[in-house]
Parts: sequence; C-alpha cells; structure tokens
Amino acid sequence: MAKKREIHEYSSDPAAQQMLARAEELGIQTAFTRADDMAPCNIGGAGMCCKQCGMGPCRLTKDGQVGICGATIDTIQARNLARAIAAGAAAHSDHGRDMAFLLKATANNEAEGYFIRDIAKLRIVAGYYDIPTEGRSPEEIANDLADLYIAQYGQQRGEAAPIRRAPKKRQELWRAQGVVPRGVDREIVETLHRTHIGDDQDLEHILEHAIRTALADGWGGSMMATDISDILFGTPAPILGQANLGVIKENMVNVVVHGHEPSLSEMIVAASQDPEIIEYAKAAGAQGINLSGICCTANEILMRQGIPAAGNFLHQELAIMTGAVEAMIVDVQCIMQALVSLATNFHTKIITTSPKVRLKGATHIEFDEHKALTIAKQILKVAIDNFKERDRSKTQIPQIKEDLIPGFSNEYINYMLGGSYRGSFRPLNDAIMSGRIRGVAAVVGCNNPRSSQDYLHNKVTKDLLKQDVLIVQTGCGAIAAAKLGLMLGEAGLSEVGPGLREICETVGIPPVLHMGSCVDNTRILTVLTQMVAEGGLGDDIDQIPAVGLAPEWMSEKALVIGAYCVASGAYVIFGGASPVSGMPDRVADSDLVQKYISQGWEERYGGKLDFILDPDEMVKVALEHIDKKRAALGLPEYNPEAFGRSGDARMRNLEALPLEERRKAIYGTAAD
Amino acid sequence: MSRYIATRALRGANSLVSEAEVMLQKALQEKGPETPVSFPNTAYYLPTISGMTGINVETLGQLKEVLGQARTLLHPLPSENHWTPYLGETLDSGMATLLAAETIEAVRFVYGLQPEACPGFLLAGGTSYGPEDGKDHLNGPIDDIQLRSWGIQLVDGRMPGFAAIVGCAKSNAVAVKLVRELQRRNILTFLSGNVNGRSIIHQLQEEGVELGYDTYTVPFGTDTLSAIYALGFATRSALTFGGLKPGMAHEILLYNKERVFAFVLALGEVDDLKYAAAAGAINYGFPVIADTVIPEILPTGVTTYEHVVSMPFDEIAGKDDLDKAEQLIQKCIEVRGVKVKVSNVDVPVPYGSAFEGEVVRKADLRVEFGGKHSRCFEFLHMAKLDEVTDGKVEIVGPNFSGVAAQGSMDLGIVAKVAGRQMQADFEPVLERQIHYFVNGASGIQHIGQRDITWIRVSNVAAEKGFDLEHFGKILHARFHEDFGAIVDKVEVMIVTDPKGHTEWLEKARAAYDFRNKRLADLTDDKVDEFYSCTLCQSFAPNHVCVVSPERLGLCGAYNWLDCKASYSINPTGPNQPIKLGKLQDFVKGYWEGTNEYARIGSHGAVQEVSMYSIMENPMTACGCFECIVMLIPEANGVMVVSREDTAMTPAGMTFSTLAGIAGGGLQTPGVMGVGKFYLISPKFISADGGFKRVIWMSSVLKESMADEFKAVCEREGDPDLLDKIADERNVTEVEDLLAWLEAHNHPALVMDPMF
Repeated sequence: MAKKREIHEYSSDPAAQQMLARAEELGIQTAFTRADDMAPCNIGGAGMCCKQCGMGPCRLTKDGQVGICGATIDTIQARNLARAIAAGAAAHSDHGRDMAFLLKATANNEAEGYFIRDIAKLRIVAGYYDIPTEGRSPEEIANDLADLYIAQYGQQRGEAAPIRRAPKKRQELWRAQGVVPRGVDREIVETLHRTHIGDDQDLEHILEHAIRTALADGWGGSMMATDISDILFGTPAPILGQANLGVIKENMVNVVVHGHEPSLSEMIVAASQDPEIIEYAKAAGAQGINLSGICCTANEILMRQGIPAAGNFLHQELAIMTGAVEAMIVDVQCIMQALVSLATNFHTKIITTSPKVRLKGATHIEFDEHKALTIAKQILKVAIDNFKERDRSKTQIPQIKEDLIPGFSNEYINYMLGGSYRGSFRPLNDAIMSGRIRGVAAVVGCNNPRSSQDYLHNKVTKDLLKQDVLIVQTGCGAIAAAKLGLMLGEAGLSEVGPGLREICETVGIPPVLHMGSCVDNTRILTVLTQMVAEGGLGDDIDQIPAVGLAPEWMSEKALVIGAYCVASGAYVIFGGASPVSGMPDRVADSDLVQKYISQGWEERYGGKLDFILDPDEMVKVALEHIDKKRAALGLPEYNPEAFGRSGDARMRNLEALPLEERRKAIYGTAAD
Repeated sequence: MSRYIATRALRGANSLVSEAEVMLQKALQEKGPETPVSFPNTAYYLPTISGMTGINVETLGQLKEVLGQARTLLHPLPSENHWTPYLGETLDSGMATLLAAETIEAVRFVYGLQPEACPGFLLAGGTSYGPEDGKDHLNGPIDDIQLRSWGIQLVDGRMPGFAAIVGCAKSNAVAVKLVRELQRRNILTFLSGNVNGRSIIHQLQEEGVELGYDTYTVPFGTDTLSAIYALGFATRSALTFGGLKPGMAHEILLYNKERVFAFVLALGEVDDLKYAAAAGAINYGFPVIADTVIPEILPTGVTTYEHVVSMPFDEIAGKDDLDKAEQLIQKCIEVRGVKVKVSNVDVPVPYGSAFEGEVVRKADLRVEFGGKHSRCFEFLHMAKLDEVTDGKVEIVGPNFSGVAAQGSMDLGIVAKVAGRQMQADFEPVLERQIHYFVNGASGIQHIGQRDITWIRVSNVAAEKGFDLEHFGKILHARFHEDFGAIVDKVEVMIVTDPKGHTEWLEKARAAYDFRNKRLADLTDDKVDEFYSCTLCQSFAPNHVCVVSPERLGLCGAYNWLDCKASYSINPTGPNQPIKLGKLQDFVKGYWEGTNEYARIGSHGAVQEVSMYSIMENPMTACGCFECIVMLIPEANGVMVVSREDTAMTPAGMTFSTLAGIAGGGLQTPGVMGVGKFYLISPKFISADGGFKRVIWMSSVLKESMADEFKAVCEREGDPDLLDKIADERNVTEVEDLLAWLEAHNHPALVMDPMF
C-alpha cells in the first residue's frame, strides 16, 4: 500500500485543500485518498499485461518471455496503446457525432431552443468543403454541412474531408505514410480488429494505424465537434469569468454541470435565465439559480457565456463536499462513479442525462435535443425542489476564487492581432521570429490524483512564462492556470519574461490563453496551421518552435490528443507514468514501444511523444526543443536582454507626478 | 497598443464619432440630405470612406450610413483591472476615427469651412479651388492631378515616402530644421494639427518657409482632423496605382503597409484625438513617432517595424536643438524602413529633390543666366578616359561677383564624361539630368535645357557662398551617384568668358543638331529591341510599359534611350530589352516579342498589346500618365486631356474621373494614358489614323507644345490642323464639338470610321 500523503501533497489548490481537510473531518474517501490506497499495478502500468483473450491474462515480466499465443512484450504494449488511443478517439469523436446530429436537427427546425448563432463561421466552414453559400439560408448550408459531417463517420473510402485543412506539406506527408484516415468509425473499428487475438503483431504496423485513428479524431471528429459548437453556440471571444469552488453561492440554488458536451449545458444556461425558473427558485426560498461547471462542460459555457467554473476534474467530488450543491448534472466522460455514494452524505442529487451514461443510484433524466429546453427546465426544477433539503450545518464553501479572461478561439486570436481590417497572425509570427516570444507551448490535459493537483501544470506553466514562452491551454489544465490568476492581463505584466511582457501589453492578453475544452485542442492545430500559412516559421507545423505538454494526463482522450499532435508534427511531453514504459531496468527490450513513439514517430512525422516525470526536466527539454527549432529556422538565438523597453510603465509613473512636474517630464519644454 | 494608448485612443474615437454624428445631424437639417458633398478635383469621392467602406459618397445623406459603420467599429475602454484584449478593438476604433474625421471635413466643405482660411498665406502650388487659388487659405486635400504627377517619383523611389507631421515643434527653428531634413531626403511632408492653438504651419509661415506642392510640404490644416487628408492620399495611391477597387479595405491597407513608406510624426502633446487618429494610421502600417513621452509599442506586425516610438525631444543626444531635430528625422526613417538616398553634394545650401520645384522670384534674385538678357547653355559630351580629370571644375572667365544685383551674365556649363560603359547615345540622356541636378540646390532655379537654359541664383544662396564652381561640384557628385555604372570620370568647365562662351556654344549647337538627326532617324523599324519599363510595378503590379523609339513611356519620364541607359546602369533593373522577334502586324504594332512580354510582365492580365492603336488591345497605364487620349465616337476622333486640366471635357468627365478608367493596368479600348511627347510621334495611334484624329485638346497642352504640334500638322499635310482642334475654352459638350468640327472642316469627320 502506498504511503498516505499530507493534504498539501494532494493538491496545490488552497480551495481543494480546505475541502480535503473537510473530507478527512467527515471521514469521506476521495479520489485523492483512494489513490493512496490503490497502488497502480506495476505490470499493467508498464503495458506488459495482455487481456485480449481467454487464454490469459498473460503477465510478461521476464527477458524474452512471450504470451501464450507467442505475442511479444512490444506487440502487447503496442496493442494496449492503440486500443487506448482508439477509445479516446471514440469518446471525442462520438461527441462530435452527436453535435453533427444536433446541427442537422437544428437546420431542420427540429431542435427545441437551438439556433444557428454564428453564421459567419458556418459560411467559413462550409467554404472549406465547397458547400455553396451564396444566396442560401443558414439552415440550408447547415443541413449540407451536417450531412457531410455525419457522413465522415461512416465513410469507407477516400480521405476524411477535414484533412484538407492541414498545411499542404503535412497532407502530403500523411499520404506518403499511408495514414490519411478514411472515416472515423472505420479507423476505430479497424484498431479494435487489428488488436484482437491473432491479428496485427508488428509494433510499427499497429502504431501506424493508431496514428491513422488519432488523425481521424484530431482532423476529424474533434475538429467537427468544435466547428459545430461554435456554429450553434457562438465562436468564443474574451469575456470575464471566474474559477474555483468559491463561485458556489450560499443563498442560491447551486447547480453544477459536469462532463463534456455543450449541447445540454447551453440549454441549462438558457433555462436558468428563464424568468419562470428564476421565480420558481425564489419561491423555494433561494435568491436565484447559480450555475457553475466542472471539467470541460465548464470550459464550454465559461468561454461562451462567462458562467463560472467550479473547478477541474478533481474538483467534482470537492464541489459536492461544500454541501451547497443542489444538483450535479452530468453527461459524458470523466464522471466518477464515486459521486453517487459521496452525494449520499449530502442532499446533492446526481442527475445523469446521456443515453450513453448512467450511474447506478443516480437520478436519470434523459436528454433529448428535440425538446431540450423543456428537459433543461425540468432538471432545474428538480434541483430547485432539492434546495429545501440542504443541511446548513454541513455547508462549507471555500471563499476562494479567481477571475479569468477565457475565449481565445483561433478566430479571435486572428482578430486581436490586428482588428477587423488587419487581423492576421503576422504579429505573433513576428514576435516569435524576433525572439520576443521564444516559442509557444500548449499545456493541456487532465488532473491526476497520483500527483499533487494542478502542481505540475502550474509549475511548468510558470517556468515557461518566465522564459518568454507563450502558453495556450485547454481542458482541465486551463482551469488549473485560471485558479492561479494566470489568465488575467495582469499576469502578462508580472509573471513573464521581458519580451512576452511586451506582447501581452501590446495586445492586452493574459500570457496564458484559454482556448477551450479538451475537444478544442483542434483549435491549436488550426492556430499552428495559420501560423505556417502566415509565413516566416517554415512550411509545416513541425518547424514551428512549439511544444505540447500534458503534465497531469490520465484519460485515454489525452493519449489520442498526444498521438494526433505528434502526427501533426508536434513534440508532445506527457508528465506522469507512461502506459508503455516497460521495465527496462529489469526486462530487456521492454521499452521498444516507448522508444518507437519517440524516435520512430519523430523520423516519420517530425513530432514525438515522451514521458517525463520531473517538471524541471520537462521545462528544460521543452526549451531545448524550442531553441532547436528556432535555430533550424535561422531565427536569432533567444536573448531576453534585447527586449522589454516598450509599455506603459514609464508613462504611468510620470502621470503620477504633480501637474507642473508631469507636464515638463512628459512634454519637455513646451512649444513656443 | 498598450492599455494606456488603447484607453486614450478609444476615448478619442468614441467622442469623435459622436461629434461627427451631431455635426452631420445639424447639416442634414440645415442643408438637406440631397446636398452634394465632395473633395476638390478627385474622382475618388471621399477617398478614405470610399476605399474602406466601398460607399461612394456624393450627398450628405449617404454619410449617415458611413457613421453607422463607424459606430459599429467602436469599443468600450479597457477596464482598469482584469481587462480583455484591446489591440484589435483599438485599431477598429482608429478606423472609426478616420471615417468620422473624413465625414466632418466633408461637412465642413459643405459649409465652406474647408480649405481652412489662413489670411495672408500664399501657397507655393496647391489644390485648385477657383479664382482665389492659393491665397489666404491652406491646401486641404491633395487633388488627383498632383497625386498623379508625383506618381512617377513615388513609384521609382525618388520620393521615398511621406511624413504626416501633426502638432507643433519645440521652436520655429526646430520646425524649419525638421522640414528641411525631410526635404533633403525628398520625403513628401504633410502638415496638420496644433498644440494649444499653435501649429507647425504657423511656425514655418513665420520663418518664411515656402509651403505647397512645389516644395513637397503641404499644409493641410491647423487641426488634427485635417491629417485625414494624408490617409485619403494614401488610400488613393492604392486605388490609382494599385488597381484596387473601393471597398477592398484589407488590400488597400496592406498595399500601403508594403508599398507606401509613410509615418506619422507627432510633435508636442498627444491628446485623445491624436491617439485615436494614430490608431487609424497604424491600420495602414504607418508607425507613429512622438517627440514627447508616450508609451512605446515596439513589437512588430501590423506595421513592418515598431508601431509607436517615443523620442522625447529633450532626451535626444545632440549638441543643440537642430542636431536633435536631425536625429528625430533619422529615427522616423529607421522606424518606417524608408529607403532614402541622400545626395552628399558639397554645396553651401541645402540640397535634395524637394527643392526642385522652388521658384526664385525677381525680388529674391541675385543673378540670372539666360532668359531675356543673357545667353546660357549646357552641353555634355563624352571623351576618352585619359582625357578627363575626374573632379576637376574649371571656371573660364569671371564669376558673378561683379554683376549688379538682379543682373545677368552669359554662362555655359560644359561637362566632359568618360566611362568604359559610356556610349554616345547616352550623352543626351545624361545632359537632360543637369536640369534636375542643378535644381536640387535650395535657392537655385533651373529651367529649360540645351541653349535655352535659364538659371537663377537667389540672394540667400549667394549669401551662403554659392558660386559658379558649385554647379560643377553638383554635377560631379550626382553623375557619380546616379550613373556610376556608366560614368567613371566627370570634369566640368563653367564658361563665362565671352570668347570661350561663343566657341563652346557653337560646338554645342553642332552636337544638338547631330543628336536631333540621330533621334529623327531612330524609328521603330530601325531597332530590333524595345524596352520594358516596370518601374511602377511596385505601385501598379500588373502594368507594363513597352517603350519604343517612337513611343516613350506614359509618364513622360522615360524614352527609349533612357531605358537603354538605365539597362546599362542596372542590367537586372526595371528596364529590360524586349527582343521583337517575328513581326506580326506593323500597322497595329504587334510583334511576337512584345506580346509575349505583355503576357509575362502583366502576370497574365494582358494577353496582347498593340503599339499603335487605341482601339485594339491598347497599352495599359499605371496612373502617372501625362494625358489621356479617349475616343469620342460621335466625332469619329479622339480627345486629349492634360493632367493639368481640371475643367469638364466633351466626354462628360473630368481628367480625374477619366483617369480611373485609364489607370490601374486595365486594358480599355478607346481609352489610353500616354506621355505628351507621344502625341507628336509619327506613330501616335497611327493604326487608327494618327494625329488627324485629334478633335479636342486641353488648351494648356495646345499652348505649351504649340511649336511641336505645328510641325506635326505640317507633317500630316494639314498645316492649319491645330486651329481645327477644339479645346475647353470653346467646347465642353459633344453637340457643340460636332458643330465646331463641321464649322472648321476637321478632317476626322470624313475619315474612315474608327470602329
């Protein structure tokens, strides 16, 4: 049994620490304590356990040992990794499929409460696929787009349509490698087939298809999900929001939405603003309804509506522990089964809504997009009715929260760098080329209770900021930085190196840009593609001085994201344990797969996947990679001394002077 | 931007748009929505509004829509804490400021408040407003005529950019120095704005600095709003030379960022409105430099180099204010990346092509050479390398110290050059440069050429020590600098001694005669290559000139010999030989080589080009043509409109409007922009009937080239033809034109139909 950790070792977030102390006080188990109790299986953890058939499970722990069928360690690891990637792709892409059906229903006026909010984006996206737009209604265009997107899932031959949005050179590389995905479902099914007993048993060949499956998600299902979310709910733009448990309010009906899809949560937002519902809440003795989010559902409504985020993945139990949550409404992905039994300690109702996800013991109110608003109101009424059950003696809300400015879609980034007339990525590329920005890092991914919550995320983020690396974030990693105040303009003045400070001050941005939920990592692919198109940073993604980091990864979705980023040319560093680490100190050649996804993939795709435990090492390696790419492009060596002269500081100091002195200091001797 | 700048610019933008709305509302009530609005002599309506929004404003009522658009571009001020980004928002608000500013100026024109009144002020060349031209008012917007006549200099880099100065300099002396430094570099300078009521325009006026088109320094107005005219000028550059259309805002702005080297120099306090207007200018890629403390924005991207630079005047390292002023201009040039060629000519007066247009008036005259009372000539000939002593300036005869004030004396300038690449054909090319070179000295005026040269030296120049030897120094320096590739040695002799003068004048005249014959013999059928001219492709990307011995470039600045010399100087430059190859049609002027070149040079925009026809595949034009030739179908002939002519033509359009059809690299049968000397060529629309087709011509052209036209009329066998050609003094309508032609028995009426 693993060692029991101190509370400050569980989480670096003080709000979480308060709630964990509360859990101890109440004698309640959480994912944090369960992680202490549950030592990870070292054989499974190394990827050396095969459960593919009834002859096993085969646990391979010796040199040269093979499974009953003769499968070698590297085959077993490759199959395990490929299956995990396929599962991640399935989760993201299935989310995208539901969005496509929702778009279809909306276009045909069959989806209650939904409408096309972002017609401009609809037309741009339709334009990628040569769907005619001139003289057509948004609904007609949306119907065609929905049909095209739905067809991407069952497409059997040819190339998945969104592939054409990648840089030309990258597309050619994929074609040369034979990894252009055909259809989303086909690639996932083929992964499952190939990894069945007695099929594909060549690590490179298995992993080649894992890449193809990942691309079907990154340049397929996930990308489509983001497109449609923007079309239906609006492309995000900066907005003031808040994050952490302090957003839960004492005198209100607290409803927490948790999961991943915006289709339900957006309707809950709409319903919560309905006068009838507000009246209903007041009648129940509350001041109103207070909505907040957990995980990526939080991100979806945070970046579009400014609805506060109660926290990231590991906050789902802690939110309930405040004793002030009337209902937690969940849809899909990353929902702990532990919520149900935890909730029995309080009055909180766990309400499942997805036809795909039920938790034993939870209330199920199935969501149906055809009568979405009606169902959303029904759910809220259940929450409101539950308000009277709240036990005030058990209520404890940490008064900790932080403001943030989320909403950095690639569309807005383009706008913010030049406005309606001159919007482009030129200033960003210029900043990288000059060395004001050393490089760009995407710090994304999950929470993992095996390490201190948010610690690795924020440690890596803060260290890179000091090195003038601009950070973009999505998912639970984004909420980690938000809770620390890194997503505010002020952080762009105080938490960064001198060159990045100039850029933040020029544009008015935080140094860490919140780009959305985990399915929105495709926005980062789009940004990288646009940077390539703008010119000056090479002609393909792998030449850009950029890295991807997932310091606290845990889900299979993280693995598929890592894989499609690598296939797109990115260097990706995961923190924590590798699922294919092997035991190279004890078992020879048990790290062939580990080596292959690093060196092998780099040779093929220019990107690679490494697992690094130590955050200092992660930062060091990330910077080395960025500097290597800078040098390859012939860019000047990073030199922070050269920058930092511009900005408001001097002006603000002078303006604080008394009038006469101020005049002289600013204007010099007055004109005659 | 920074938050400080964003806050102030957004505040300025919001209040200016509101102000414009109030003003427009009042004007609509008082004058009515149908009241016409326009800027003087432009075919581009209100140019910034037209370029940015595509709305071609002709009446007050249309301005409502413009301000409606401006309002949608406005944004609230950034918060004190936890702000959202502001760069894009500020740039948009800057654009709103420009739309509002141009709206306000347009309304002021309706009320007669523009151009700004300035009692006692006299423009040295400016926009034409009618009888009281140039007196007691500032210039207001630049007209299309001037834009086009500066066109060739802007496109070939002689005029490397423009400076929009807003505000008031530290002292009058600094103001003069700043302008002189810009003039020295041939940078066009636009003046506007004030600080507490005092403007740099007042400062320069007090110091007696000539302001106007002629001196490259144009006073727009003493308020900040008049700076909009600089952006109107920039917008029109893109429309005129870039072939862009109204409403192509993104392309127009990028065109300016990449091709128009302009910057804003803010002198003195920068207020909200100046910040807002500067944000508008940054959309064009024009950086802002201030001589006070303002927050600096050094990252690049929207502009090519730094966006906003602060260079507090008192902090500039320099031995005195004038030295500091020089540093300031140096910095501006660096920030915009303006490519400047400064001539280091060792003369005791300021030197630069901005002084080319300077006039020396009788009252300021020290001495003149040529004109009514004396003879003056200039002559350049080549010699063997060992016959020329480089740098030698010899004065043969007395200098002008003995000449009474405002008196005159005979003068001959004889330049002897040598170089391995030098050819006799280049002699006249180089000789013609003497005019520009001498004119570049401040206080020296040069008119004419050959033996009709007329040079004036002002009192100021003479007092500063300008003497005869300086003519030699100027020529030596400039020939080396501009023609170093063909000229290795330059020696100059200045002759005032009567005997020597007579001798050399005879030699020169013999050479002029010889060259005239050579030129007359130099016809299209005697050469096997023409030259391309893509000088203006930096401005008009799809236009190409094909220059033949009998058809010079449409700007009038480059003939076949010039192109040949230019090719020798720079073999990879804008003038490339076009091998004619197989002759396809000598009447219309088609060769395999010219057609192929037209296709390649125009990037496929033009498929074929006829050298001698206006009706079939006529040659395209950028925007710097000297005149426009246009078919008048009813009259079976063509009219010729001069760039200087602002009056109405029988085609129902003024030059400015016509120019929109003729320019931008478009092939429009029946319309052609040409150089005026092409009119006297035997190949002038020879496929369509030649000079006899001219049925109407601007009087300014008729008079200024009367002698040349007379010779052409004789050549065409109709010596009285010139009198049969109508002009704007007698005809401005087609009906009247036909009556005139009948009455004067014009030959075009009985010629074959033109189409």
